[in-house]
Parts: sequence; structure tokens; C-alpha cells
Amino acid sequence: MAMRDPVQGKVGRKDDMRFLLKQMMQIRAFEDKVFELLARDILKGASHVYAGQEAVAVGAMQAITDKDLITSTHRGHGHCLARGGTLKLMLAELCGKETGYCRGRGGSMHIADVNAGNLGATGIVAGNIPVATGAALACKMRNQGQVVLCFFGDGASNNGTFHESLNMAGVWKLPIVYIIENNLYGMSVSVKRACAVQDIATRSSAYAMDGVIVDGQRVLDVQATVAEAVKHAREGKGPMVVEAKTYRYRGHSRSDPRVYRTKEEEAYWHDHDPIKLFRELLAAQKVMTEAEMDAVEAEVDQEMAEAEKFTLDESAYPPAEAVFEDVYAGWIQGKYGLEPIQK
Amino acid sequence: MAQAFYREAIRDALAEEMRRDPRVFVMGEDVAIYGGAYSATKGLMEEFGEDRVRDTAISEAAIAGAAVGAAMAGMRPVAEIMYFDFMTIAMDQFVNQGGKNRYMFGGKTTVPMVLRTEGGAGRCIAAQHSQSLEAWFTHAPGVFVVAPATPADAKGLLKTCIRDDNPILFIEHKMLYGVKGEIPDGEHLVPLGKAAIRQEGSDLTIISYSRMANTCAEVGKKLAADGISAEVIDLRSLKPLDTRTILESVRKTGRVLLVSEACSNTNFVCEIAMRINEHAFDYLDAPIVRVCAADVPVPMSPTLEDAAIPNPDRIMEAARKLAKGEV
Ligand SMILES: Cc1ncc(C[n+]2csc(CCOP(=O)(O)OP(=O)(O)O)c2C)c(N)n1
Ligand SMILES: [Mg+2]
Repeated sequence: MAMRDPVQGKVGRKDDMRFLLKQMMQIRAFEDKVFELLARDILKGASHVYAGQEAVAVGAMQAITDKDLITSTHRGHGHCLARGGTLKLMLAELCGKETGYCRGRGGSMHIADVNAGNLGATGIVAGNIPVATGAALACKMRNQGQVVLCFFGDGASNNGTFHESLNMAGVWKLPIVYIIENNLYGMSVSVKRACAVQDIATRSSAYAMDGVIVDGQRVLDVQATVAEAVKHAREGKGPMVVEAKTYRYRGHSRSDPRVYRTKEEEAYWHDHDPIKLFRELLAAQKVMTEAEMDAVEAEVDQEMAEAEKFTLDESAYPPAEAVFEDVYAGWIQGKYGLEPIQK
Repeated sequence: MAQAFYREAIRDALAEEMRRDPRVFVMGEDVAIYGGAYSATKGLMEEFGEDRVRDTAISEAAIAGAAVGAAMAGMRPVAEIMYFDFMTIAMDQFVNQGGKNRYMFGGKTTVPMVLRTEGGAGRCIAAQHSQSLEAWFTHAPGVFVVAPATPADAKGLLKTCIRDDNPILFIEHKMLYGVKGEIPDGEHLVPLGKAAIRQEGSDLTIISYSRMANTCAEVGKKLAADGISAEVIDLRSLKPLDTRTILESVRKTGRVLLVSEACSNTNFVCEIAMRINEHAFDYLDAPIVRVCAADVPVPMSPTLEDAAIPNPDRIMEAARKLAKGEV
């Protein structure tokens, strides 16, 4: 299966391009900060960082509107930010603070902003795919023109839920776009060793839907490709698969020494860095000057510093007494077990 | 009051709630044209159409997960998993996604869904179509588990579950679909977390749920003929559990027999014993006794199936011994 033709050169309005650049820079800055805080043991728990894959989330999210829905993965910081998340509330969540998106109950692997249409990240690889499919069923039944973007990795596409869900969406022609972020590895196992096909988008043909491959390092290509798929879904023509070829820079998680891949391979992808490529494009097309782009980066650094201050200095942990809250809607643990909450 | 079969009670509950709320819909394997493997959704497709009564592929994980997603996106799905045994395949979606999303997301979402399934032994269909896996699910925070024994409770509880905002496992019993019972006229709702006292008594308390609650009610009548006064409690909801009704009864009788069709080891009734231990230990006059299924895969052969699961004789014998102070 061939990669979709590049749309390079067709840049948009300066404000829009600045916005894309800034979002990618925000994600990169966020992930760098996460790594630093992990190393200093200020940030607890697991964090899977998105550095290297920024163009996928940022490009894809440009293709949908506020009323649409997304589901995310264990590598979900980029999706949350690109869907409108703020650095402050995201960092607070990762650090387990009450001020975070999920009031510190979910952390990195379960970051969600349901009110903003982000139905959440999951720690069960491929666990979000049936949920996204059901959300798309709801969209179809409610008939308000909504679509769902379902993000997941190459590794997730080997799980049974991927196949069950795509079949269901294919049968019911659901308004959903499955976005496979093929970063060449599921933890340490390469696509070559885990996937019977190397172009995962080809799996779409088994479920009567179109699949397309896009260069996941080029934000405008991702945007254009996902926009076409979203249009298709919104018009009632059914689901589509978009496979974005991309790469994660960091180890799978903080303890990963990356022995399963080579320095040369890493260098190749750093050379195809999504932010670098976009900066080069904007400069070549004279959309933004280097100085203007540096200024965006400085702005992001400033915001990141504020987010860190907000999280570490100005945000409290949830009180221990709150441990039983919100397990159930309308019920809470009482002396003899669950009791209805008195209104 | 009208008489109805358990399966009709289920269907009527679904139909009434679908008429009442356009967000309610039904999906599962063979639920539409066929009307459900145990005929509990018969006629729904004819009334509500294929959009709201959906046949699915044999994809248990996707069925359960799609219910979670549809619920989070504004619908109130009622999905059917044909046999309780197949819930193992749907379990991740129900327990890890459905049951936890509200908590993990800081209370900012609700997952109003019902997974109907059907469990229990009695039809000689062996170890992969006869299980009672309720304890696997009562163990999971974030989900409710109910198991009605009578047509009236099946109807009233299902309607309540559909209106509730939590993910709920609704366990029917394959041997109950053909059982008839009185159903109150008009709008009939049974609250969650409320046990039914099927027979009042003072010598011992027999606690059960689902089909075994009916068996225990029969046993209770026979015991009365022998001069033993048994209080028979049908839990109806396992989670939330009506601990208060249990404790009141134990304080009165001082003797407790727990009956369940699930395997004995780590059976849900162990939780009941523990709660009695925590809150009414001083009232006990004898050790708590249980009659549960043997810890074996349910066998096919009728003699073995009967040997594996509790039957009236064994429940009776255990109750007599307990009442006479022989344990
Ligand atoms: C069901 C399940 N199996 C295994 C894991 C452990 N695990 C977490 S992420 C991961 C790799 C996932 O690979 P992929 O889907 O390609 O996503 P990526 O991490 O590359 O973004 C694994 C094996 C898990 N969290 N859930
Ligand atoms: Mg991967």
C-alpha cells in the first residue's frame, strides 16, 4: 500500500500554522518536562510520552470540530493537549493533584476530558477501540452529525478487540476514523516481529472500509488525510482507517534502555522530526520567520514553567477521605456497604 | 395483577423503558430477528425497528465495549451476552473500562448501561454454558450486580437498572425463563440494594438469590411443616447488598444458612458471612453454614450435574441440622 501523496507546500493562514506549530511545541515541552520530573521522582507512576509523534495528534485534531469525540491511549498526553487540553491541568493530573483533569484519580494513563469530547485514555492496550466504536454508534443513533476519532498503536491492532470493533463499525457503517499510530514498536517488539502485515492500514479491507497511509511526521499531511476520512464518515459513508507512520523518541517508559533498536534508526527519525520539518516548511514558504518561531517556543517555555509552578506549588493532593467518592453514581460506601447518597 | 413468564417480564421491562426513553436500545447476538437465545427480546424488533434492536456479530468484547462507549456518549444501552460463561470475554470491557471510567476520570462521566446475561446450571449443557460467575463481578469496584429470581423482580429490577446511571450486570437464570409469576399492574419498579423476605421465620435465616432463592422458598415451606421456622431472604441485588435486612434477620434467628449455585470456593456468600461476622457476631448461636456448588466444572451428565449443584434435599438437610443445633 502506498503512502498518500504529500500535501507539502499547501500551507494555510499564518495564524492557523502558528497554532499547529505551537501545539506541537507544547506537547514536546510537556513531554520533556514529564521526563525530567520522572527522573527527579517528583512525578510518580507510569508515563508513556508522545515526543516524536506530535504531528499525528495535532494534525488529526484539526480535522474535527468541538462536538466530535475522541478516545485516547496509554500514550495520551498529545491527544489531550491537541484536543484543547491545557498544560496546567494535564501536569496537575500526571502529578496526582486535585486540580488535574481527573482530580488526580487517573494520572498519565487515564487522562480524560469527557466534557470536551475526550472520552479518555486507557491502560488496557486496545481497550479503547470497542468504546470508541460504541460512541460512534451513539453518534449515529443520535444523528447530530458527530464523528469519533479513535487513536491507538500498531501493537493494539493485533488485539482481538481491534478486529471485533472494525467489523462492527464496518457492518453498521459507523461515523468513526480509526487512527493507527504506527511507531514501529509495541514496547520492545517491532511491527516486523509482531504484525503479519507491515502496512496495518491494509487490515481495513477485511472490514469493508478504506484504509490510507500517511506520513505521520508531516502535520499538514495528517490534517488533510484525516479531514478526508472525517468527511467520509460524517457524510454517512462509513468508517475509515488512517495509518500514520511515526516514531516515539523516548523509551517505552522510563525504565526502557531501548536495546531493541539502533542508534542509526533513531537518528533517521530525529532527522524527520515533525517540529523540525514543519519549521522548515514554514520558513521556506515564508509563512513565519525563524525569529517568530523562536518566539513561539519561548512562549511555550514560559507556559510550561507556569504549569509546573501551578502543579508543584499551588495544587494540593486529594484528601485521603475522598477515596470512596465517585466509584458509583448516586451511591457511596457506608458503614454496612454501599448506601444511596442522600440528596 | 397479571401472570407472566420471567422471559415476558424481561421483554416487557425492555419495551416499557424503550417507549419511555428514546436513548434506550438493545443489542446482542440473535436478539432481533430471533428474539434472543432464551426468547427474552421477542417482538422488540417488530415494535422498535432494527435501529434500536440490533443483532451483532459474535463479538462479546465489542458488544460490552460498545455499550460502554454508547453510554458515555449519551445513550442507555442494554446489551445481551448470551451466556454468563461468555462474560469472561466481555469482562475487560465491562470491568476495566465500564466500571472504572467514572472513578478514573474524577467523577466526570457516567456509564449508564446494563449487560444482561443468563447463567446457572440445570440443562445438562456442561461446563461452558452453566456457570454462575457473579463473584467475579461483585469483586470489581464500579459495577453493580443483580440476580432476580421471580418474574416480578425481573421486571421491576430491570426497569430500575435501565434508569440507573451505573454499569450493571443483570443476571438472569436459564431455568427461570419458563417460570410464571404475578406481576403488579402499572409502573412496577424494584429498588437496587433491597432484599425481599420471601418467608418470615425465627429459627434460622436462609439467604440466597436467583434460582436458588426459589428453591430455598420451597424448602422454607417444607421446614414449616416440620415445625422449623425459617426466614428466607432473596437478595435480588448482590451489589449494592442489603446488609441491614440480613443483619436484622440474623439478630432474630442467630443461625444462618447461605445458598448459592456458584462454586463454593470464594463464593459471593462468603462476603455475606464476613458482614455478619463484622456486624452481628454476638448474635450468632451457631457457625454460619453454606450450601454451594461443588468446586468442579459443571458436568454434563444429569446425575453429575445434580451432584455438583445444590438441590432441595441438601439444602433441607443443612437447614434441619442447623436448626437442631447439630453443627
Ligand atoms: C492489554 C495490555 N497488554 C499489554 C500491556 C502492556 N503494554 C503497555 S503499552 C504496550 C505497547 C503498546 O504498543 P502500541 O499499541 O504500538 O502503542 P505504543 O506504546 O507504541 O504507543 C504494552 C505491551 C497493556 N498495558 N495492556
Ligand atoms: Mg507502537
